[in-house]
Amino acid sequence: MPKIIVEIMPKQDLLDPPGKAVANALKRSGHNDIVNVRIGKRIELHFDRPITQADLDNAGRVAASFLSNDVIEDVVAITKED
Amino acid sequence: MSKRPTNVDTVSDAIANDKEQPWKELGLKQDEYQEIKTILGRRPTSSELAMYSVMWSEHCSYKSSKIYLRQFGEKVTPEMKKDLMVGMGENAGVVDIGEGLAVTFKVESHNHPSYIEPFQGAATGVGGIVRDILTMGARPIAVMDQLRFGAPSDPDTARVVHGVTSGISFYGNCLGLPNIGGETVFDKVYQGNPLVNALAVGVMKHEDLKLAKASNPGDLVILFGARTGGDGIGGVSVLASETFDSTGPTRRPAVQVGDPFAEKVLIECCLELFYAGVVAGIQDLGGAGISCATSELASNGGKGMKVQLQNVLLRDDSLTPEEILMSESQERMMAIVPTKDLKAFEAIVTKWEVEYSVLGEVIDEDRLYINWGEQEIVNVPPRTVAHDGPVYHRPVEYPKYQDALNANSSSSLPRATTPAELAKQIMAIVVSPNQADKSWITAQYDRYVMGNTALSMPDDAGMIRVSEETGLGITLATDANGKYCQLDPYHGAQLALAEAYRNVAVTGAKPKAVTNCLNFGSPENPGVMWQFKQATAGLADACLELGIPVTGGNVSFYNQTGDVAIYPTPVVGVLGVIDNVARRIPSGWQDEGNNIYLLGTTKDELDGSAWAETIHQHLGGKPPVVELAAEKKLADLIHGAAIQGMIEAAHDISEGGLAIAVVEAALRFNVGARIWLDEVLERDDLDLTAALFSESQARVIVSVGREDDVKFQSLCEARGVPVLRIGVTDKASGSIEIKELATFELNEVREGWAKTLPELFG
Repeated sequence: MPKIIVEIMPKQDLLDPPGKAVANALKRSGHNDIVNVRIGKRIELHFDRPITQADLDNAGRVAASFLSNDVIEDVVAITKED
Repeated sequence: MSKRPTNVDTVSDAIANDKEQPWKELGLKQDEYQEIKTILGRRPTSSELAMYSVMWSEHCSYKSSKIYLRQFGEKVTPEMKKDLMVGMGENAGVVDIGEGLAVTFKVESHNHPSYIEPFQGAATGVGGIVRDILTMGARPIAVMDQLRFGAPSDPDTARVVHGVTSGISFYGNCLGLPNIGGETVFDKVYQGNPLVNALAVGVMKHEDLKLAKASNPGDLVILFGARTGGDGIGGVSVLASETFDSTGPTRRPAVQVGDPFAEKVLIECCLELFYAGVVAGIQDLGGAGISCATSELASNGGKGMKVQLQNVLLRDDSLTPEEILMSESQERMMAIVPTKDLKAFEAIVTKWEVEYSVLGEVIDEDRLYINWGEQEIVNVPPRTVAHDGPVYHRPVEYPKYQDALNANSSSSLPRATTPAELAKQIMAIVVSPNQADKSWITAQYDRYVMGNTALSMPDDAGMIRVSEETGLGITLATDANGKYCQLDPYHGAQLALAEAYRNVAVTGAKPKAVTNCLNFGSPENPGVMWQFKQATAGLADACLELGIPVTGGNVSFYNQTGDVAIYPTPVVGVLGVIDNVARRIPSGWQDEGNNIYLLGTTKDELDGSAWAETIHQHLGGKPPVVELAAEKKLADLIHGAAIQGMIEAAHDISEGGLAIAVVEAALRFNVGARIWLDEVLERDDLDLTAALFSESQARVIVSVGREDDVKFQSLCEARGVPVLRIGVTDKASGSIEIKELATFELNEVREGWAKTLPELFG
């Protein structure tokens, strides 16, 4: 099924408590090479027809205004999968 | 690979060349910038400029309010100070409550961040006030919140309501602190400027009291807790000192993200550090971050400090020294530790997996030196940053609209002429958002965690057991009435105090101390400054009359959107002490056939009332008359009767008048009553509208067992408190019958009352 994938991450400068918690847990279980973890979200928008450029543009607007909170999050990627 | 900036502005640069600096962008005024140059005898380095700009902002320096706040320390008697262990000026006031225990409490605003990012803004508001309490050496034991939102019908209100309430519940619940009360009010004046005032209270043994000072040269300066990142840089100065415009924040995020689990660990870690006696001074990092902590610790101790800023543990090593100094990353503390105790300190923080780094040491010199590697970037007298900021005598002017507002009394408003119409008005007020059931909000908060909550919402005040052995407890109530303050800020502030005082008293506790959070518009508006001047004078005078001292507080200015300021909203918190929480008095009726008494007298006072607002959308006239002497008598009476176990329930009469008080007392435990008002009408010369809805002060309804009727009435008489029997409780009826007016089925009343908020926001 064609879909648009929106990836959202907490803003680079902001603390990411879940990421920090996971990083600490990994460290405790011996994964010393992983120095940091940041956790964001991936959102799939499904279509039952081929995706157009207009769909992607619209997804960009929806991602910025509705799917993410632009005060604390950034939309880092919008990609499509056919 | 390190991205650490190397090209920094040093003290020698500042001596060598006088360049253009962005003082204006940082919120400083021309004369303030000049003053900094005079203090230093040169231009400041960019790091120094960052420190001064944030520490001299309204939020940190209280430059517009200072001259008025002094009276809280001046209008006191020795008797009032007797139990005050720490007064104004510290992180929070400390009150001796007996049994070798002390309580510290404070309320602080997080208004602007909560509008920009409601969830994190409110969450970090809770985190910040809890750290203030912790800093005093106390274990935090409860929180409360005073909330003001815009009109319920406005689409943006739901965004703020959802974010703020879930932010508070998230942070507080994760910390495991009960949220025992507060207040929520909706009014369109708060549309673009909601108020989120968070209160925290903590308890300690007298000997555990800690102060934020660095007094022994050679002691180490240690930063511990979360790492420093780029969050909330300039948040304090930018967010708290500038009114919102349409452009909003840019560059680095202006908000911070809180991590309550990190804070919980930090609390336990700090308490263990305190008990081990390895900390000589401690300061939490909130607004203004390291700038504030270093300069205040040094200034409070009358000493200096040498700090290596590159020792600060960072989340992002591209941060510039200016950003590190201003960062408002949460969950951080700064400790002053004697060198001999460093090992013990390390052992404890390591046990709690809390990161720390030694930044420098205390020095015997009136100077704060901060280095960036080999380069000196700050060299200032700490007092000039922390305490000797500018003091403004801002212009004060009686607002032009005030006379017309006061002349527009509610007396001309039409009143109901039939019982049916009155009954309809009662229900309209019961279901109005400001009087309706707030469980939709308070049910999101854990009210009972830790198992010491004796009273919480919807009772008049929150009560926490402090000693499990003796039952010693404390009561807290916070109140504010923006409408009363808009009509008359002097008496409005007194009315907020009177209500909080009464709310504490009705639980059976003895009111003991006061904290406040003064929310106002722009101090650059002379009309707002007049409101501020009046409100602070009113509050200080009333505290003196009631004999309870102000222990500390917070000022929040610039609460306005464009030219339109919020109603002046001084939030007043009153702390009370009760010998044994087992003797607490709930707000609701419980037993069958108890007599219901109205204490105090009623005047025809409907200006600024819930009735005027809900029925007529009217605000004008003069607020109810303040009756402090009567409040005191009333509080003493209830305290006396509570000790004898005479009072079964007591509920304060405030917004909505007697009608709302009766409905709330009945709904609390679903116990109905038969009420008659003829004697009140006759004694106080009132019509039914005034009897039901007047917001006259110093009034409480109490229920007392029938066998104590004579005893109770004589007690009231002896203490000079007017008393009238106005009804009896009637458990079986399941209704409130107001004679010659109407009968309200409790089920129906409850349904309307309970569904308002879920329908609006659920």
